[in-house]
Amino acid sequence: MKHSLVLLFAVALFASCGPQSKRSLPILGERDLSPSGDTIYRSVPDFSFVDQDSQAVTNATFAGKIYMVDFFFIHCPTICPKVKKNGLRLYEKYKNDDRVLMLSHSIDTKNDTVAALKRHAEKLDIDAKKWHLVTGDHDAIYGIADDYFSVAVVDKNVPGGFDHSGRIILVDKNRHVRAFCDGTNAEDVDRFMKDVDLLLEEQFPGGDKK
Amino acid sequence: MKKKTILPTTLLLFTAFCLQIFACQPNVYQGGERIYTKYCANCHMDNGEGLSALIPTLAKSDFLAPNRDKLPCIILHGIKDTIVVNGKTYAEEMPAMPTLSDIQITNVLNFINSSWGNQQEPYKLEEVRALLERCP
Repeated sequence: MKHSLVLLFAVALFASCGPQSKRSLPILGERDLSPSGDTIYRSVPDFSFVDQDSQAVTNATFAGKIYMVDFFFIHCPTICPKVKKNGLRLYEKYKNDDRVLMLSHSIDTKNDTVAALKRHAEKLDIDAKKWHLVTGDHDAIYGIADDYFSVAVVDKNVPGGFDHSGRIILVDKNRHVRAFCDGTNAEDVDRFMKDVDLLLEEQFPGGDKK
Repeated sequence: MKKKTILPTTLLLFTAFCLQIFACQPNVYQGGERIYTKYCANCHMDNGEGLSALIPTLAKSDFLAPNRDKLPCIILHGIKDTIVVNGKTYAEEMPAMPTLSDIQITNVLNFINSSWGNQQEPYKLEEVRALLERCP
């Protein structure tokens, strides 16, 4: 009896040291039930914007990839530069990884023309094929911010005239939002990088980087 | 004998105390640091390094010394000119900070001038006031 207890304890102890069930990222946002009882997760709807190279950017651009999303405007006197700084860290980390893309939406659709975005991208020294800075229809951009659980509103009372969150959002191959971070906070972005790596492992089990 | 040692011991302790406090403070211009965090760090970053070719660095910036007389006005009124900092050209506009007082501008300049490897002569309030009166 005593022996079996010790054995049980040892097994339990050993089991707890064994391979842990891996942390996996949740699918964020609302969900519905299909008539057959399956859970249907809300996904990022269809969109079509134009990037700094005048190229159309749609869902097809991100087919088979995971991507990171944020909202900004060029003449932003508040949080944008910090978010861009951390965006550049993400860009540097994943710039040679073809499984990952980046998408920044300008919420100042009046001033941030394609030419202005082009100039901005050159100053940031980023590749348009990797990091798309897009503009488009005002309502479409503000609408999709909701779909990404980000915030963007025109507000004359905040510096720069637009209020928005500094979130960077992670979207998977199936158009599901899986994680986000506070793009102004370098430590939170460190944590977010681990989420990106985790999603890569989940969605590209073979590790097929290219 | 006992009385004689009290004064030097107290002095020694006091000096150690002061040194300790001084050593614990990374920058003596804490008021300036608060203003920097609130008004400058969003763009110039907490460590003063700026952002790519968009926002110039303040850390070890070669723009500070030769433009000493212009800096108070640049902070108050912003800048639209193209400038060269540490060999890089910057053409973005810096917004004005019209709500800052001359005292706040003095404090933030002294914080910047003594942070991240910068070692510029501190500004005196009268100096900043005089410069602000002559802003272009």
